[in-house]
Amino acid sequence: MNNWFRNGTPWVWLNAGAVSISLIMVAGLLGMIAVNGLGHFWPKAVAEFDYTEGEDAEVQRVLGEVSRSETMTAAAMREAGYVVPEDEEIVTRHLIKRGNRDATGRDFVWYIGENASEFRYPENAMVLERLTWGDLIGYLKDYREDGEVVAEGDEARERFTERLQETSASVQEIGRIERFEIGAVNYEIEQIRLQQRALDLNPQLSDEERAEQAALLDEQRAEFQERYDALEDRRNELRREVRRFAITAELMDGREQEVVLADIVRATWPNDMSVPAKAREYVSVFWDFVSGFPREANTEGGILPAIFGTVLMVIIMSIVVTPFGVLAAIYLREYAKQGPLVRTIRISVNNLAGVPSIVFGVFGLGFFIYFLGGAIDRTFYPEALPAPTYGSPAIIWASLTLALLTLPVVIVSTEEGLSRIPSTIRQGSLALGATKAETLWRIVVPLAAPAMMTGLILAVARAAGEVAPLMLVGVVKLAPNLPIDGSFPFLHLDRAFMHLGFHIYDVGFQSPNVEAGRPLVYATALILVLLIIVLNVTAVTIRNHLREKYKSESD
Amino acid sequence: MNTVSSDNSVTQGAAASQLPSGSARARLRRWRGVKDVSAKVLVATFGLAVVGALALIFIYLFSEVMPLLQSGDSDVRSSYEAPGGSDAETVHVGSNRHRSLAVRFTDDRRAIFFKPISGDITKTVDLPLPEDAVVTARAQAEPRTRISAVGLETGEVLIVEQEFSETFSDGQRHVDGDIKFPMESEDGPLLDIAEDGTAVRNLAVQRGSGGISLAVELADGRLELINFAETTSFMTGETTVEIKRFSLESPEDASITRMLMDITGRVLLAGDDAGRVHYFDISRPANARRLDVRQVMEDDDVSVTAMEYLLGSESLIVGGSDGRVTQWFLVRDEDNVRRLQQVRSFESHDAPIRTIAPEYGRKGFATADESGVVKVHYSTSQRTLLTQRVADNRSIRTLAFAPRANALYAVDEDERFHIVDVNNAHPEISVGALWGQVWYEGRSEGAYVWQSSSATDEFEPKFSLVPLTVGTLKAAFYAMLFAIPLAIMGAIYSAYFMSPRMRSTVKPTIEIMEALPTVILGFLAGLWLAPFVESNLPSVFSILLLVPASMLLFAWLWTRVISPSLGRLIPDGWEAAILIPVVLLVGWFCVWISPSIEIWFFSGDMRQWLTDVGITYDQRNALVVGIAMGFAVIPTIYSISEDAVFNVPKHLTQGSLALGATPWQTMMKVVLLTASPGIFSAVMIGFGRAVGETMIVLMATGNSPVVNFNIFEGMRTLSANIAVEMGETAVGGTHYRILFLAALVLFVLTFVVNTAAELVRQRLRRKYSSL
Repeated sequence: MNNWFRNGTPWVWLNAGAVSISLIMVAGLLGMIAVNGLGHFWPKAVAEFDYTEGEDAEVQRVLGEVSRSETMTAAAMREAGYVVPEDEEIVTRHLIKRGNRDATGRDFVWYIGENASEFRYPENAMVLERLTWGDLIGYLKDYREDGEVVAEGDEARERFTERLQETSASVQEIGRIERFEIGAVNYEIEQIRLQQRALDLNPQLSDEERAEQAALLDEQRAEFQERYDALEDRRNELRREVRRFAITAELMDGREQEVVLADIVRATWPNDMSVPAKAREYVSVFWDFVSGFPREANTEGGILPAIFGTVLMVIIMSIVVTPFGVLAAIYLREYAKQGPLVRTIRISVNNLAGVPSIVFGVFGLGFFIYFLGGAIDRTFYPEALPAPTYGSPAIIWASLTLALLTLPVVIVSTEEGLSRIPSTIRQGSLALGATKAETLWRIVVPLAAPAMMTGLILAVARAAGEVAPLMLVGVVKLAPNLPIDGSFPFLHLDRAFMHLGFHIYDVGFQSPNVEAGRPLVYATALILVLLIIVLNVTAVTIRNHLREKYKSESD
Repeated sequence: MNTVSSDNSVTQGAAASQLPSGSARARLRRWRGVKDVSAKVLVATFGLAVVGALALIFIYLFSEVMPLLQSGDSDVRSSYEAPGGSDAETVHVGSNRHRSLAVRFTDDRRAIFFKPISGDITKTVDLPLPEDAVVTARAQAEPRTRISAVGLETGEVLIVEQEFSETFSDGQRHVDGDIKFPMESEDGPLLDIAEDGTAVRNLAVQRGSGGISLAVELADGRLELINFAETTSFMTGETTVEIKRFSLESPEDASITRMLMDITGRVLLAGDDAGRVHYFDISRPANARRLDVRQVMEDDDVSVTAMEYLLGSESLIVGGSDGRVTQWFLVRDEDNVRRLQQVRSFESHDAPIRTIAPEYGRKGFATADESGVVKVHYSTSQRTLLTQRVADNRSIRTLAFAPRANALYAVDEDERFHIVDVNNAHPEISVGALWGQVWYEGRSEGAYVWQSSSATDEFEPKFSLVPLTVGTLKAAFYAMLFAIPLAIMGAIYSAYFMSPRMRSTVKPTIEIMEALPTVILGFLAGLWLAPFVESNLPSVFSILLLVPASMLLFAWLWTRVISPSLGRLIPDGWEAAILIPVVLLVGWFCVWISPSIEIWFFSGDMRQWLTDVGITYDQRNALVVGIAMGFAVIPTIYSISEDAVFNVPKHLTQGSLALGATPWQTMMKVVLLTASPGIFSAVMIGFGRAVGETMIVLMATGNSPVVNFNIFEGMRTLSANIAVEMGETAVGGTHYRILFLAALVLFVLTFVVNTAAELVRQRLRRKYSSL
């Protein structure tokens, strides 16, 4: 034994253990995000059980999805105010998603397993995803048209599902009118208001000219107002139509509740679904999540604006960072005189990658938004003042800030690529009479292109996951408009935007109903992690490929 | 490449006659030269632009912080004879926010509105006082209330409120001033306090939440307390004023020189000519009594010549005939009695203090003396910011701040007005206020506190960076405590003992975690890990003990029992893979046994047990942050130290092994020693990352700025503080600039740490190549 310790084997094993623990943590983290993120869309069984707290308390029927379960000591639960049977020392508690936030107030409640009866899974338990107030969990009683009961029981279910497909098309139409068409008209009317104000502020116009142009604007305004009214009429008509149909559901406490079909997004009977049906449902829910707009303070609905904002921001950032990063690297490696100064610059650039990202956010807020944006507003948008146009958080400033943040990544990677190109290639080109510029653009840069690509991908991966600086320079929890739409000039760089990473922070920590938002946070995290891992793996693969290539060439 | 060049030479040789003419070739050559130069210029421009942009970050951050370090300046803008004539004495001066209109009250019953820059009179209002009235006392409520009062020889008091109104027309701002009498009754605005014609000797007025209060000391020693309680009827919306009147005993052993009341209506302070301040508790006016007498001057022949409350009427500034300026407030002593206590003192004047003027919106004030010198001080930072000789050897009788504290109005004994421009944007900041213990208002001792804003206007901002710095270091410390052992041990194993095949997958796997967005780690830490740790607290500690122990036990079993019996099926270098199930099993066991441990040792609830022992437990605490942020820095440290260990020249290790050392001995005595600078630099870079990390600490701590190293309590770091507060600051304000300062501190700190690490690494690389 003593000898065993002396030759160091146990310490080697301990070191190996450190690797095992790291691997377990990595795998566990990814696995947890994957399981929770993907599992959210799978229709969960609805459990029914009877619950009694204490011996002579009333028996309560509970209906809901089991969100998660934990093992706790009875003492801790008693401390928290639960009634736990005297003889129990360790209890299991279940977090039940009861839904019906409007009726019961709390949609997530802990129940002590020891106080509950066996779980039953009634086939007629129904889960309604609604536009407001979250899910409704209950039993379908009847189906109504214009307030009259048309069908009950199984027939009601049939009629209801049929009708729901029809109404959902109308509901989508209403959403489209509200979100896009009315939004576009409002934007135009706002533009006319600003033009009017610019007219008033312009000192060079004579009174006649001003009146003439004002009349023109009035005409346009009237036109848009007319379009607005027409759209509103159409929407109201659709709304009246879909509000004719309703169902009545029995809740877990026996109360009945009427729900208009216009408020229902989807209806499922999870205990009565086969696995293929569940799979179909899964795909449909997942698609709605990726392509839908958020509802209920972001805790429900989809994350399309967040995906859109993240991607657009990263694209604008790439457009900025690529030329600057690549040319700066070429300058440092090919043109600048290699000496202590360039070495210092190189180390500084390298170290900027280690400067906390929030520092860049502070710089972006002060310099880009307040200084540059403020100057732009005063010069080009005096009519909108004091409301800022570019002097407030916007996607352009977020992109520029992240471009600064990722510059070192691109520069370092490009420089590495340039330094790996054997000098014989350059000398060959120069010896044939090519100028330095020709050598660079025709020979060196194409060879180093994959390295630049790697740098750009790494930059994109870093930018996509960065949240702290964005909180200061452009991200909002809910952006009413996407930065790209059908109104001139189509790309609105002055708009704030939504972002996947910030969405996680916002829903997980700022929302009033964290429990309801939790699955969505996991799903969003999953998408973000996938995006970043794919980007990184691509970059690493390109880099390794490149290294191998030059290794063999220089041999 | 070779083929291309040989092709070229062939074409050139064979087709020499087809070359373009000499002039065309010269043109082409010139054109190529131009392109070459312009490419060079373009590249250099972009290169320098990038370097400039990166330098700009530092310069800009610094330029935003600079104003904090400047002490401000002042300048006498204009001096003129008092508007309305110097025969009458000035009782009181006030002005509007934009300094475009000011008002002067004189003792010959006039209120004169004038333009402060020029002294031009715009309007004169006669005060409703009897013709032969002689003003014997004057008082002012907090400047922001714009209420002042005068007491007459006849025992009457007049309360006056200035009003400035602004109107916009034709794109121009018009300012108008007016006088109101808030306590006007059917008998007129004058209040007869004495009722028998005894003169008013001293007067104090204040407006608090309960309405206006007056304290009047009459020449015969009576001390009267009058409270005008305003009540608004819920039904009609009408305001009715209820007058309550109480009589107090004036202290017999002193002659009062100055009286003050606070805005809560609980405290009446009176200074006397023997250098003392008397504290009356008037919270229950019916049985008001003197609680304390405090000598505020060094000798009893020095009298209190000026005494004023600062904004919020919590702090008392006392000026004496010896020129000393001190700050006092009521502090609860051991017997739970509030007593006046000196908190700090400011730069003294050479002449007796004549008057003190508090600022409208901050805890600053100005003092003026009998030789015409004005000093501007700030209480929290204990700074005397400006000293300005306003009037040559003439005593300054009246002093008032403009509402935005950007000007002072001083009136000297010859009734000359002096308008002093004051530029003093950030008086709250001093090295002591940022980094030292500061005794804030309402506290019983100095403390390190960060509290930048509050709901009330009279709030004293507390800008100590100590809690934030301690929080940053605390988070980084626990993160490093978790990360360093795992990362370095892991690096040693993967670089030296692990089989190459396993290494080629393990290394990228751990490294890819570096790219994982920290917002995800933070969210898992805050929403999953924190509640999990809270309900399974014993398992954290049992894992810490049992996992290493079980590894050793399993290692012994494996090397002695299992592996020989399997015929050494699995070669060396795969220990890490074999250990994975062991770690998983032990981890699961620890979590499973956790409730039982709680029952056996901690009476069922470890969290409660901790609280009973006296340890505060927050759900989101340093333990959670340590694990989550440790996780974030493991890949950084691991990757760099793995490189350092792996790149140790092979002949060193081979030499050591050839001399009979075991692999472990070689590792410890040769490899680690050689690679230690690299590992050190890895730790530095990891530390830099932990210091600046924002999202994890933002989400996994409670963000409470506490000063301690308790592992079960949260913290607030510099970076998280910026993220939390940046959005709600006023651009250009002190708070805004302090957040920039925090960013600059982070920038410089990480830059220095990273540069040091980089230099160490470069030296190591040179050493390796020379070995």
